[in-house]
Amino acid sequence: MTIYNGACEGGKLSIRNVNLYYGNFQALRDISLEIPQCAITAIIGPSGCGKSSFIRLLNRMNDIINGVRVEGDIQLDGIPIYDKSVDVVDLRKRVGMVFQKPNPFPMSVFDNIAFGPRQHGKHNRIELQEIVEKSLHQAALWDEVNDKLGQSALALSGGQQQRLCIARVLAVEPEVILMDEPCSALDPVATLKIEDLMRNLAKNYTIVIVTHNMQQAARVSDMAAFFMMTEDRAGVLVEYGATSQIFTNPKDKRTEDYITGRFG
Amino acid sequence: MLRISPRVSQRMAMAYIWGGGVITVLILVVVIGYVLVQGIPGLSLDFLLTPPEGGLAGGGGISTVIVTTIYLVGLTIVILVPIGLGAAIYLAEYAPDNRFTRSIRYGIEVLAGVPSIIFGLFGFALFVTALHFNFSILSGALTLVCLLLPTMIRTSEEAIKAVPYAHREAALALGATRWQMISRVLLPTALPGIVTAVILCVGRAIEETACLYVTLGGSAAMPTSLLSGGRTLSLHVFYLAMETRNFTGAMTTAAVLIITILVINTITNLLSNRFQRKMKGAA
Amino acid sequence: MSRYFTNRLAKYAVFISASVSFIVLLAIALFIFREGLPAFEQIGILDFLFGTVWRPGQEQYGILAMIVGSVAVTAGALLLAVPLGIACAILLAEVAPFRFRQILRPAVELLVGIPSVVYGLVGLVLLVPAVRELGGPGYSVLAASIVLTAMVLPTIISISEDSIRAVPAVYKEGALALGATHWQTIRRVLLPAARSGIGASIVLGMGRAVGETMAMIMVIGNTIKIPTTPLDPARTLTGNIAVEIGYAAGLHRNALFATGIVLFIFILIINSIAVISLKRGVHAQNIT
Repeated sequence: MTIYNGACEGGKLSIRNVNLYYGNFQALRDISLEIPQCAITAIIGPSGCGKSSFIRLLNRMNDIINGVRVEGDIQLDGIPIYDKSVDVVDLRKRVGMVFQKPNPFPMSVFDNIAFGPRQHGKHNRIELQEIVEKSLHQAALWDEVNDKLGQSALALSGGQQQRLCIARVLAVEPEVILMDEPCSALDPVATLKIEDLMRNLAKNYTIVIVTHNMQQAARVSDMAAFFMMTEDRAGVLVEYGATSQIFTNPKDKRTEDYITGRFG
Repeated sequence: MLRISPRVSQRMAMAYIWGGGVITVLILVVVIGYVLVQGIPGLSLDFLLTPPEGGLAGGGGISTVIVTTIYLVGLTIVILVPIGLGAAIYLAEYAPDNRFTRSIRYGIEVLAGVPSIIFGLFGFALFVTALHFNFSILSGALTLVCLLLPTMIRTSEEAIKAVPYAHREAALALGATRWQMISRVLLPTALPGIVTAVILCVGRAIEETACLYVTLGGSAAMPTSLLSGGRTLSLHVFYLAMETRNFTGAMTTAAVLIITILVINTITNLLSNRFQRKMKGAA
Repeated sequence: MSRYFTNRLAKYAVFISASVSFIVLLAIALFIFREGLPAFEQIGILDFLFGTVWRPGQEQYGILAMIVGSVAVTAGALLLAVPLGIACAILLAEVAPFRFRQILRPAVELLVGIPSVVYGLVGLVLLVPAVRELGGPGYSVLAASIVLTAMVLPTIISISEDSIRAVPAVYKEGALALGATHWQTIRRVLLPAARSGIGASIVLGMGRAVGETMAMIMVIGNTIKIPTTPLDPARTLTGNIAVEIGYAAGLHRNALFATGIVLFIFILIINSIAVISLKRGVHAQNIT
């Protein structure tokens, strides 16, 4: 079966002048950047500067919080995602998310991965089996679990569980995959496996990863966006550019300070 | 003033404390023990399968009573669970934090403290009289539903809230609608807790007496429909003791009651333990 | 069916379910007041509450005897259950070794599960003859109080135990480090710190006692007279309702519903006190 074809099916995200408020508190101020398709974009910065809030804008997971308000324009392949006519449920199919702590459902491996397709109406057993197998291959997990598909997902190791969560997202065939510090709960070996996985996935999917680990950002990403918190605790985008440029020749002094470890 | 040394007062206090514990256990042993000792000799398959004799002696078995109890509890659960579970889901997942939600919660708390006889009065006024259901299993069941609603809602809500937040996030992020998230992830995960809630309500329905005394009527006949009157096990114990003075029969029926409740309690505890372990992620 | 339709439908369905409980409460209040208020009007509140004669046949409806009956039985039960319950709570929270706790805890839970009629039955068969030896007909406030004690005990034990356990460990350690004996620590530090929870448990136990019906009917004698000694028979408010509602009509029936109103309000007050003092207890422990 084809797992990776050469074509890029990822989406392009365009963020312009976005402000994010939780009630009266402004969490993000005037964020603008263009996220290229089929590349890995890393969001870096000290803790609390709004990185997680930022990527949750991209699949509208912030909507479930009371009192949240979003201003500005966010577009996926040219379509504004905060438009009233947009179906949030469909958006989340196209923009998937992997969380910091692996959170497989208390179900079997198979049911975990089949969950997404089942929600979207696929019930044919054979079709589901193909999807599960393909997703597990793409997540580099097939070899380890193909004989355990019926067992509980909670029995897997931490690294395996996180790859399972990635497979679960892949099963709904997204264009963009958001990752919120996906390796921070994992050991170094598992982390490297996931980083390898990310590079492979980037051939077909757009990947946006939040990480507080700068070496990881330098290893893995093509573009990097450096966020920081201002005095009034709003998050702002300080600098955005190619990873190689950000890490060797940052234009902003604050970026340089963070990268060289003077703070954060 | 008598000066007691700290050591002596410590000893006296321990005697008091242990005495309290021993007396409590003693009460339990005496009550259950006496009933079982007096009642089990009369317990036989025959007893369970023959109907009670009418008349002043009040002898016979309890077959009709068992059937009535089963019908009553069954009907109650069938009505109670959808409403109670629905309310629990609303409170756990949908309810905004506003005055209406708070008044619903307040209503549930108040309802939980109202004594059974008041529910009986209500059931008598509404179901038996106003709606003309008369003394019947239907009236009794509807009254029981009102009585047990707070219990069902509270216990179910706890079970639902115990599901880790991470599962909700994961399901929504995969593009599930809210109801899909609830029906396919939340409820299946919370199922043992919900089943515990249901069994808890079954147990309470079986031991309930006061509100049924005034809505079921006292007939000892076999119920033919939901509009027939009847007696539950608890009520039968009451009638045997108070009206016919058949204490042996009463003891035996009470023994059946106690054994049933012991079994239900054990099942609830087992289920509750399994639920705890599942939540902690054991495979 | 489209999943969006199901989603919408579910939202309305659960909202309606939640409203049902609220509606039930309103309905209960509505019906009971509707049937009961005419009695207040026609009999007069003071005459109703303080009249000592209850004779439906002669249109006399005074519930004082029943009020005294309920109060007497509840007071008696609390008199016995509070010391016993607190002792047991201390035992479970502080003193008992693990193995004994494993017997005692399930025992307390089991006490809750026994139906009231079974307590009434045992009371009828064992207690009433025993009390008769002391004098009087045996059916008495005393017998009823003892039965009620068994039913109220678990409430007091479990809530008091939780309150004692909730006292921050630093208090206990501080006292012991100053050389206090275990009992001194319990009496001077833990119990006072847990007093609002214990108080709440007593109030809740009171609520249960006042609301108990069937067991009371079985052992208290059901005579409409103000009891003067614990050996006298009496009748409770709850028993009054249960025994007569089956055949009451007209003003008689209204009077019974009015008794229900009195009960309902009384329980509301009791429960509110319990909730407030529980909350205050938690608040106090959070500050210190």
